[in-house]
Amino acid sequence: MSKLKGLAAGALALAALSTASAAEAETRVGLLLPYAGVYAALGEEIDAGFQLALEEAGMTDEFAIVREDTEVKPPVGLAKARKLVLEDEVDVIVGLVSSGVLGAVRDFVDGAQVPLIVANAGNDDATGSRCSKYITRVSFSNGQVNRPMGQWMYDQGIRKVYTLAPDYAAGRQMVGAFAEAFRQAGGEIVGEDFTPFRKTQDFGPYLTKAKAAGPDAIFVFYAGGEAISFVKQYDSFGIKADIPLYGSGFLTSPLYVNAEGPAAEGVVTALHYVPTIDTPENRAFVEAFRARTDRAPSEYAVQGYDAGRALIEAVKSGADSREALASALAKVTYTGPRGPVKIDPATNNIVQNIYVYETIKGDGGLTQKIVGTVEAVADAPNGCKL
Amino acid sequence: MLADPSTWIVQGLNGLQLSMLLFLLSVGLTVIFGLLHFVNLAHGALYALGAYAGVSAVWMLGSYWAAFVLAPAAVALAGTVLYLGLIRRMRRSGPMNQVLVTFGLIFVFLDIFRIVWGDIALGIDAPAFLAGPVEVLGVAYPAYRLFIIALGAAVMAGLGLVLSRTQIGAMIRAGVDNDRMAACLGLNVERIFFVVFCVGCALAGLAGVVAAPVFSVTPDMGTQILIPTLIVVVIGGLGSLKGAVAGSLIVGFTQTFGAVLAPQLAAVAVYALLAGILIFRPAGLFPARG
Repeated sequence: MSKLKGLAAGALALAALSTASAAEAETRVGLLLPYAGVYAALGEEIDAGFQLALEEAGMTDEFAIVREDTEVKPPVGLAKARKLVLEDEVDVIVGLVSSGVLGAVRDFVDGAQVPLIVANAGNDDATGSRCSKYITRVSFSNGQVNRPMGQWMYDQGIRKVYTLAPDYAAGRQMVGAFAEAFRQAGGEIVGEDFTPFRKTQDFGPYLTKAKAAGPDAIFVFYAGGEAISFVKQYDSFGIKADIPLYGSGFLTSPLYVNAEGPAAEGVVTALHYVPTIDTPENRAFVEAFRARTDRAPSEYAVQGYDAGRALIEAVKSGADSREALASALAKVTYTGPRGPVKIDPATNNIVQNIYVYETIKGDGGLTQKIVGTVEAVADAPNGCKL
Repeated sequence: MLADPSTWIVQGLNGLQLSMLLFLLSVGLTVIFGLLHFVNLAHGALYALGAYAGVSAVWMLGSYWAAFVLAPAAVALAGTVLYLGLIRRMRRSGPMNQVLVTFGLIFVFLDIFRIVWGDIALGIDAPAFLAGPVEVLGVAYPAYRLFIIALGAAVMAGLGLVLSRTQIGAMIRAGVDNDRMAACLGLNVERIFFVVFCVGCALAGLAGVVAAPVFSVTPDMGTQILIPTLIVVVIGGLGSLKGAVAGSLIVGFTQTFGAVLAPQLAAVAVYALLAGILIFRPAGLFPARG
């Protein structure tokens, strides 16, 4: 009897010990992503990349993940961020695809002093005039991806460009950053149009107008369904033969470029990641991601991966509180699938290479050929004081 | 640039192309409404279903033309199920309930698309001989868009002929005019309703599969197109073929030339037009009943 008691007491003590050690080592992570609505596919992609980072480091047990769906609605995103912080008491929030949702949660995480790792939302202001020491962005800023194309296209001998983008903040920032850099390089923007966002299916009228302006090239930003419609319609009007198409790399994202078909061949765009980067780090990443999902990783997957990687690096450096995580995240630096990356101490935005790539026909679908690399692109602080 | 006539020809063709697509969608909606007094907000979802069915048919059979035939048939089948399961029993329950039920259907379809086909936008290629541009009226214009214009015109002519010259057309017109009197005269109004509903669904499916090579196929494509389609129906007048023709041409050209001449106003131009029509011709331009 007493033996049995002793055994039970021993087991209890052991159980208490193991939960205590787990609670000590665990970092509580709130994954705040759209799992429904127009950006659901991106949310899933980021989630998969994030998990891959934890598995690769063999640290899945050291993070407790709470998932919440933003539904791509700013008020919902804010309510879920509150829930994660106040109810689940997470140490760090990771995610955010839409800049609208980021704008809604920005003041809350800043005030609550909870570190936030942004895994997509590219609004320039989030690491510019509205930056915060608690917000670290490992994805990109709208300006960062497009600015290098201004000089690069000028260097290719292009002098006159017509621009097109959807009429919302990201569209204006992406094309605006390109246009500014292209003008500074000495080029001329001969015309621009902003199409009603998510209300435009027929780009025919805009394409006809752009063609009539007689530019050397067309530069656009479109993503998702709009990108597919745009690239196909551009090709069907036969403009490809006379006026080449350039753009922000989301136009021909590996996630959906195959839906664009042969129309996308020869389109040259710039992005912070393509799956064909030829480095050992990227080859390993692509292989691991393929084993998991049976397709090449997109830029969204690598953003999720780097969000996980940055968090792991911060935890490894000994950060165990919200405050310590926030300051450790700002010091993260490593070489990952995208090449060397670090966090800019002036803005908390990532500093990374921008790859100019051409979409070409490969075995089993379209693939990306890197035709230029602009190294270590960093944004100007734009009013950010940390 | 604005003085160049070829630009205007291309833009005119762009307007015509959009009009024909809107026509294929709105004619089903308006005739169903005129005949059954039934507001089917799920009509846009049937359009998306047509596009998705087309994508699947291309994947499985590798031929656009197979999709072109199968997608409208599949949507007509879905329409049959809807009619027998829901629409028939909702017919006498008043417009508010009908709107709520068909509005709910939009979300049901939205999730079906996401579950079956996923969230990532899809696309199919136009058949090879329609892929590139061709020379027309002295300008290069995408052959596939000309095909859409021709198809729309053919459907328009076919429907016009059926409605004005055949017995079934006369029955439909009688049903739209006064369904009780038509029933008293011995017409099987229920069966006419059913046939018209299925044909309307098939046309929505046709519009979907025809649009798929031009636009991307996304779960929300139906909700995107629903508003312009409803505007076409309201502008044209409920229940009339003539109204659907006039409405689609007006909306198609307003959207196209709005985008060219005043891009800042492109999004509101159609709504302003709608407001104007509602003020001065509340019943639309060509209502089926005076």
